[in-house]
Order: sequence, then C-alpha cells, then structure tokens
Amino acid sequence: MAQGRKRLLVVGNGMVGHRFVESLGSSGQGQDFEVTVLGEESRAAYDRVNLSKFFEGGDGETLALASPEKYARAGVRLVLGDPVASVDRQAKRIQTRAGLVLDYDQLVLATGSSPFVPPIEGRDAPGCFVYRTIEDLEAIGAAASSASANVGAVIGGGLLGLEAANALRNLGLETHVVEISPRLMPVQVDEMGSAILRRRIEALGVAVHVGTSAKRILTDDDGRAAGVQFTDGGELRASLVVFSAGIRPHDEIARACGLTLGPRGGIEVDARCRTSDPDIFAIGECASWDGRTYGLVAPGYQMAEVVVAALTGGAARQLGHFDMSTKLKLLGVDVASFGDAFGLEAGAHTLCLIDNVAGVYKQLVVSADKARLLGGILVGDASAYGQLVAMVQSKATLPMKVEGLIAPPSDGAPAGFGVDALPATATICSCNNVDKGTICQAIAGGAHAVGALKGCTKAGTSCGSCVPLLGDLLKAELKRAGVAVNHDLCEHFPCSRQDLYQLVRLHQIKTFDALVERHGRGRGCEICKPAVASILASAWNEPILARKHLPLQDTNDRFLANIQRDGTYSVIPRVAAGEITPDQLVEIGRIAKRYGLYTKITGAQRIDMLGARVEQLPHIWRELVDAGFESGHAYGKALRTVKSCVGDTWCRYGVQDSVGLAVRIENRYKGLRSPHKLKSAVSGCARECAEAQGKDFGIIATEKGWNLYLGGNGGMKPQHAQLFATDLDEETLVRTIDRFLMFYIRTADRLQRTATWLNNLEGGLAYLREVIVDDKLGIAAELEAEMAHIVGSYRCEWKDALEDPQKLARFRTFVNSPAPDPSVAFVPERGQPRPAHPHEKRELLDRLVGPERDDGREKSAA
Amino acid sequence: MSVALQIEPAAPGLAVELDWRDACAVADIPAGCGVAALLCGRQIALVRPGEAETVFALSNYDPFSEAFVIARGIVGDRAGRPKIASPIYKQSFDLETGRCLDDPSVRLPVYPVRVRDGRVEVGMRP
Ligand code: SRM
Ligand SMILES: Cc1cc2nc3c(=O)[nH]c(=O)nc-3n(C[C@H](O)[C@H](O)[C@H](O)COP(=O)(O)OP(=O)(O)OC[C@H]3O[C@@H](n4cnc5c(N)ncnc54)[C@H](O)[C@@H]3O)c2cc1C
Ligand code: SF4
Ligand code: FES
Repeated sequence: MAQGRKRLLVVGNGMVGHRFVESLGSSGQGQDFEVTVLGEESRAAYDRVNLSKFFEGGDGETLALASPEKYARAGVRLVLGDPVASVDRQAKRIQTRAGLVLDYDQLVLATGSSPFVPPIEGRDAPGCFVYRTIEDLEAIGAAASSASANVGAVIGGGLLGLEAANALRNLGLETHVVEISPRLMPVQVDEMGSAILRRRIEALGVAVHVGTSAKRILTDDDGRAAGVQFTDGGELRASLVVFSAGIRPHDEIARACGLTLGPRGGIEVDARCRTSDPDIFAIGECASWDGRTYGLVAPGYQMAEVVVAALTGGAARQLGHFDMSTKLKLLGVDVASFGDAFGLEAGAHTLCLIDNVAGVYKQLVVSADKARLLGGILVGDASAYGQLVAMVQSKATLPMKVEGLIAPPSDGAPAGFGVDALPATATICSCNNVDKGTICQAIAGGAHAVGALKGCTKAGTSCGSCVPLLGDLLKAELKRAGVAVNHDLCEHFPCSRQDLYQLVRLHQIKTFDALVERHGRGRGCEICKPAVASILASAWNEPILARKHLPLQDTNDRFLANIQRDGTYSVIPRVAAGEITPDQLVEIGRIAKRYGLYTKITGAQRIDMLGARVEQLPHIWRELVDAGFESGHAYGKALRTVKSCVGDTWCRYGVQDSVGLAVRIENRYKGLRSPHKLKSAVSGCARECAEAQGKDFGIIATEKGWNLYLGGNGGMKPQHAQLFATDLDEETLVRTIDRFLMFYIRTADRLQRTATWLNNLEGGLAYLREVIVDDKLGIAAELEAEMAHIVGSYRCEWKDALEDPQKLARFRTFVNSPAPDPSVAFVPERGQPRPAHPHEKRELLDRLVGPERDDGREKSAA
Repeated sequence: MSVALQIEPAAPGLAVELDWRDACAVADIPAGCGVAALLCGRQIALVRPGEAETVFALSNYDPFSEAFVIARGIVGDRAGRPKIASPIYKQSFDLETGRCLDDPSVRLPVYPVRVRDGRVEVGMRP
C-alpha cells in the first residue's frame, strides 16, 4: 500500500457512483487516493436511464458503463455483489454483509434509491415486480414469456410507470396502468396535457385507470399474483404486476450510523455534498439537498463533480440549480415537461396550444415581462424540446414572439427557432451538463460528427434527448465556419454523387474515364468506381459487363452473383412477387442438386442457391435461363423484390389483386440501378401481410385503389414508410412511382436508402409531393421519360452474358487453368453443404498459402 | 516493353535466380482489372491498372477473409499509388509493395513480373 494515499471508499456502483470514480480518475489526482468501490448489485455500473433497452438487446452488455477490468486498469478496486451493511464513524470503518471490513479516510455514499412498493397485501407474491435493475427486467421478461402470462398491470402512472407499461406492451401483454391521482404523470404534466396524453396512450392499447389505487394484490391457489383489487372495489385480472409508485432514497446505512437525514428522507448534504460528518459525502439519488432528493441523473452527476472538486482541492464548486426537465423516452408518445412547467413564478404568463384532433398540447410559461421562457409542457409533439429547454436554461431574452415557439410547424419546417438563437451558456445536454459553448469549441476543434461530439464532450450519452439538438448545432456551426460539409465522393471526385449524376446527364458522359478526365483525378477506387457504374447504368442502362464498364464493377456485379465468405457465390433467380410454379420449384431443386448447392428461402420471398464457384456460374445460369428464370439482381444496388401477399387471388379479405400488381411492378423496375438497393411490397388489404410499410415503396390495396407509402426501411434502423398518396388507380400509381424513383436516383447520396434520403430531404414529404405530384420543378415529364428509357432497354444480365463468349470467358477462377479454387471446401451441416470455416481447413489453407503466409502477417514493428 | 517491379530481395545481398513462369497474355487481363493465375501451386493475382502493359503480381490470398479473392477486387489508386481493394472486406493493398494500406501490419507477398512479346511472366523463387 502506497504511503500517504488517502483511503477512499465509494459505496454504490450505480450511475452516479461510477461517474464519480470516472471524474476522479480524469481529475489527474486519482493516484492520490486508494479507491475501493463497493456495489450491492452483481454487475458493475450500467446505464439505468436506458434500462428499457435491455428488452431490445436481451443482454446487459450494451448497457454497461463500467467493468471490473476497466476499474482494475485505473487502479480502482471493485467489490461487487456485497452491500455495505454498516458504517462505524468513530473507527472510520465499514463492514459488508459478507463480513469484509475496510477502513477509510473518506467515504462517498452513492447508494441511489429503491422503488417504493406500497405496503399492501400480496405485494410479495410471485408475479410482483419492480423496475429498477437489470435483474428486475430479466425476471419480468421471464415471467412475461411464460405460457400463463396474459395481462400486466403497472401500479403508478408516472414517467417510469409509463416506461414500464410500454415494456409490458412490447412483451405482448395486455397492459393496464393504475394511477392514484386523477391524471397520468401528475408531477410533470397539467390536467389538460394529461387528458391528451391519456387518449394517446389508450390509442396504443394501454388501458388507463386513474383516481384509484391498488388495495390488494389478488393471488391464485398457488399464491401467485392473479390480479389487482382497487380501493374503489373494482378488480383487474393480471398475472404480472409491476410497482412503479415512486422511489425511496437508500439511506438505511446512513440512518443507522447517525448521519442527519433530510426532511423527506435522503442523506442531508450541504452545497458541497458533505453530510453531517465532514469525512462522509453523499451523492446521487440518496442525497438530500435543500430539503429534497432528486430522481434524475443530471443532479447526481453534478454532485459527483462537486465532490471530486472538494476532494482534489479543485475550484470550489457548489451545487447549483438543478434542471428537472424530463421527457418520456418511449411509448411512441411525445411527452416532455421542463423548467417552471406549471407557471409558479410570480406574474408568469402561460400560453397554450391545444389540438384535440392531432392530439397535441403545448403549454409555455413566460416571465412577467414576456422576455424569458420559464418552462413548459409538451404532449404529442416534443420536437422542440431540446431547443426550448436550452432557451429556459440560458435565461436569454426570447428571440421572437413567444407564439412562434409553439405554432404548429408548417410542413417540413422545424418547430421553434434556430440553434443560433441560443447563447453560448445555454445547456444543450442536461444529463451531462454540457453547454453550447463547450460543444461549439469541440466542433471548432475538429469534432465534425455527432459521434465525435459525444465522445469528446459526453453530451448525448445518457438519455439521448439532446441528440437532435446536437445535430442541429453541428450543422449550424459547420455552416457558419464555412466548413463546407465535405460531400466529396472520394479523393478522386471533388463533388457529390448528385453532382456527378447531373454532370453525366448534362454532358452525356458515357464512361468512367471520360468522367474522371473532365471532373476528377487519378484512377478511381472502390468507392467512386461502383458509384459511377451505378450512375451510368441509371442514366444510360448499358450492359454493366460491357468491356468499358467492367473495371468499375464490384465483384458481385462483375460476376452477377453474391460473393460469400469463402469466395464462392450465391445464385438468386427472380421470382417476381414470390409467385412460383411447381415446375419452376422442381427446376430449381434439380439444378441445386446437380451442382451440389445449398438452398434456402431468403427473407424476401425467393430461393437462394449457395456455394457456386466462379466457373460454375455460367453453367448454372444456362440451365436457369432455359427453365425461364431471369437474373434476380440480388447482387446489385438495384430493385430487389416486390414482395406480395396472396391478395384477392385467394385470401378471403383481399380487396385487390396484390400479386398481379406486384408482378407488374417488379417486372417494370427490375434491373433498375439506384444509389442503393430498392425494395417494395404490395398487400391486398389493410392487414398488410406483405409488410409494405417496411419498404422503400410500399403499396396497400384499398376498396378504391392503392395507397402508396414511401421511405420505409428494415435493416439496422428500421423505419416505417410514410403515407404519400391514397386511393390511386393503377396508372397514376405507376406514374407516381416512376417519378419518385427517378427523383431519388437523381438526388440521393451514394449508398443512401430512400428512408435516409427522405429524412434528409429539405422540406420532407411535403416537398416531395410538390415535386412529384404538383410538378413544382417542372421535371415530372423528364423523370417519366428517363424511367421509360430504363424500362424499355431492360435486358436480363445473365441472358446477355450467356450470349457473349467474351463475357463468358471471364467466368473462370484461373486465367491459365480450368482448375477450381483448391481452397474451397465444404462440410455438411443440417443435411446440406456449407463452406468450411478457416479453422476447419487450417491445414489446407496453410499448405496453399505456403511459407509466404507469415510474410503476409508480419508485424509492423519490423 | 517490359516492366518489372522492384521487390526487396529475399535476403539482403543474396541474388536469387528467378524461375520465370508464363502466366497468360497481357490481353487476357482486362485493363483496370485483375485475374488469378495458378503457378507452381500458388494462387497469384495479376493486376493491370490501365491500358498499358504494366502488370503487378501479388498473392491472391486475402489474410482478412482467408479466401483467395484479391484478383476479384476493384483496382484504383490512393494518393497516386496503384492499389487493389479486397472484394470481401474492402481493405486496400499497395500493388507495388503488397502493403495493406488500412493495416500496416499486413503485407501480401509480391512477385516480380515481366512482359515479353505480349506474354506475362512471373518470377517465382525456386
Ligand atoms: C399467407 C400469408 C400471406 C402471403 O401470401 O404471404 C398470410 C395470410 C394471412 N394473414 Fe398474415 N399472412 C402472411 C404473413 C404475414 C406477415 C409477414 C410475416 O410474418 O413474415 C405479416 C406481418 C408481420 C406481422 O405478423 O405483423 C402478417 C400480418 C398479418 C396480420 C396483422 C397482424 C397484426 O398484428 O397486426 C393479420 C391480421 C390478423 O391478425 O387478424 C394477418 C392475417 C392473415 C390471415 C390469417 C387473414 C385471415 O384471417 O384469413 C391470412 C391467412 C390466410 C390463410 O388462409 O391462411 N396477417 N402476415 C403469409 C403467411 C406467412 C406464413 O409463413 O405462413
Ligand atoms: C427505468 C428507468 C428510467 C430512467 N430514466 C431516466 C431518465 O430518462 N433521465 C434521468 O435523468 N433519469 C432517469 N432514471 C433515473 C436514473 O437512473 C437515476 O437517477 C440514476 O441511476 C441515479 O444514480 P445513482 O447512482 O444515484 O443510483 P443508482 O443508479 O440506483 O445506483 C445506486 C447503486 O448503489 C447500490 N447500493 C445501494 N445500497 C448499497 C449498499 N449499502 N452497499 C453497496 N451498494 C449499494 C445499488 O444496488 C445501486 O447499484 C431512470 C431510472 C429508471 C429505473
Ligand atoms: S394482406 Fe389481406 S389479402 Fe393479403 S393475405 Fe393478408 S389478409 Fe389476405
Ligand atoms: S440531455 Fe440526456 S443525454 Fe443529453
């Protein structure tokens, strides 16, 4: 043990305790202390604010903030799963439940709080839960997935109660919320806002019971929770009950050792977070300052910083005003409350906007002189939350008439005002107390992406509600600094994909060489070459394997198949709309068998044959083409599939021929090259079995025609498509899609799906409507003509290749030998072949790579 | 015309007799592309960055994916130096040195190449 180092014990490894350890470490004086952290939970600190995300990820890893390894590296000892049971202040010594005894020079209590469970009968029955730790959520998840689980009840209709209700709903339970006060979120939202909130929540399928509370938890014969009996006599059957009726500070050990407590519980601290014992500090939810405790993470973080300053002799920092602004993170309903939400300041005025149709309620509170914004409540549309909170905190004079702040946004225009109006002192991220000035500095220092800003300022890393504002600020600052946000495609083209597309069309450029000579430099690379290949194909639709285009093609396009991890390829013929004849199925089966291919139904209603070697591809395709199949373009940034449901061809609910339309649409746009892949679907009625709303362009049948949805996306960041037009007849529908697709192709970035494109399109859906429906730019005819050219010049790429001996000659593994790639090896799995993993064919690989292999992996130190 | 690329000798000061093997005609490599050749049991990527007869030879083995695919990558340049990007995970390799431009700890073996009467020959170390 190093001499002279102070022994510092931190009790509790929650969000605030962790922040304290982190801050102490980065204060530069961490080595003056010998730090031991004692945590009751079996896990190191995790992101409790985002606890509900546990149900998305399914494991606690993604929430982790700390780890024993990280602590060890920082020289901090971490003892988990063993709560501190007592503190002996005389001896300056603690003892844990398991009997560990440790002496301290200074003690930091960061024990947080625990959910309050009202003392009613049956509250301990199996099936009753709280919502605070990962273990709680694991238990809830397990209970919800049991066969008998059907109905869940949440006791408490506050912010956390609604979050828990959402979780139960997502777990597939019929969900009820019980709130003792006459309205939901009584602490944050007023009566009027609450009424609108309630309607929105009911619309999501969550039943709301207000003005009543649970009197008893009913149990079944096995003693398990079976329902809730209300104080007003009513009953609700429920197999799962979650208590979310407030929190109580964890002040038991403080109380037992005689520390002074606050009037409403919690460990009393002064403005430097010192308790009644000068060697003991309390921070986070367990601390009581100014007569109250604080159930948010931001005040806790501020307390952690204050104690670090006190311990390290840093600038004397004191607790300041805490921002208690909150925003509901989930449930698909915007609710936020900030600053002086109820207008308690003397002379304050309130201004309301109530839109019962749209379900929007906004109340703003302004100072007596109407010069400053004091607070507000937002229900149904909290898009301006970040800006308004920052406005309140900066105490700046309002930049505009207050009405302007809540006026319903005109289509596409952002609500509120620009971030420019905020002073440098405005807090952008309340959780981490980061102001605009700090963020601007980071931007000036080179952090030119939201991710980078999060990394260097911590803004946006907790509840995330400030992230949109962060993005706005970044854009505004870069614009002001004249840092043109760099849209260069790559080092070879000093312009964006959109620019190149225009240049190609304007100057009738037909080859990469001509384009790079006039508008770029160098030989190109794997970024610009495929992008230009795609542009040329979208514009002129020449065969992509034409000699001059060949070097531009990614391997998939070059071999008209999808490369797999071992260098073999997969083959996916087009099965328009998923409609396939028994004969075609037999053919596919026969061909797959003949070439020893692995087959699988894809996620998009077609059949994949995997494991084809380069030199097999033409033979396989010869047989497929003979059987009437065409290229499925699964390899291209092109139209993939138009998925369909059976529609009125078979289904008793179908109102239109969804298969017929899907076949038509798929055949119309097949082969169309675009900035990214395109997917579509057609459903025969509103039940939406084809999942059209998850597609780039989705079509749903109505009694009167077709509804068109645009900009949907699955994948990593799923997004629903937006309703664009209703009850279109087939011809109008096709014309609209023609225009949409060509406009997207003209203006999208490289590898930008329609969803992201639409999100970034200035003016959004309304603008898109102006362009492709109202023809505001006068380009509709052009767009249609361009599409007509593509549709008219379609050729199956495989048929094309099979007819051209020169193209066929390229389908071989070796230029000087007909041998197959000797490194390809398959192993059986579930009755089919699959490529051997490198570790399964180590010997083979070693032999083939030979002694040079070591060369290939030489260390950079050499 | 013939172009050989410089490679570091196997051991400094040690002159190695190279065994020149015929791989293919220059015209068999589409300008701006690569093809693979099988020589002495080795898979070698022959890359021809442009219309000229300049050809580079490097191992066809991609150490990142452990598949033999380098020849099927896209050919181009980074800051003027000719390179090829692996088609699997897109790391770029300097055609002259084999050095991975995205991870300097990795280098592909490179081979001497010469072009005689329109034929590409690769110098193999015996
Ligand atoms: C056959 C199929 C359409 C097709 O041709 O592709 C289909 C057919 C029917 N779907 Fe579906 N759904 C089919 C995939 C889907 C999908 C897509 C998927 O799962 O991949 C969805 C969207 C995903 C989802 O589950 O939400 C889907 C969402 C629905 C819904 C809406 C469910 C909802 O929660 O809102 C209904 C309506 C309902 O539940 O009453 C529905 C109802 C139906 C019913 C049961 C309507 C009815 O009562 O007759 C159809 C059954 C007809 C029959 O005689 O069997 N089908 N349905 C699909 C069968 C897939 C299968 O593997 O069996
Ligand atoms: C579902 C949910 C959503 C939330 N959403 C938000 C939000 O959007 N915004 C926001 O600001 N806040 C939110 N919060 C609140 C936020 O999580 C807390 O304010 C924050 O975690 C408080 O940090 P803390 O360190 O004080 O307490 P905690 O994070 O609770 O940590 C205290 C730790 O101390 C341990 N401990 C207790 N007693 C002992 C003992 N005797 N010995 C050893 N260890 C002990 C506990 O087990 C716990 O691990 C949310 C909370 C939940 C549950
Ligand atoms: S969308 Fe409608 S018509 Fe199509 S399968 Fe589903 S229920 Fe039937
Ligand atoms: S306000 Fe919560 S992360 Fe920024």
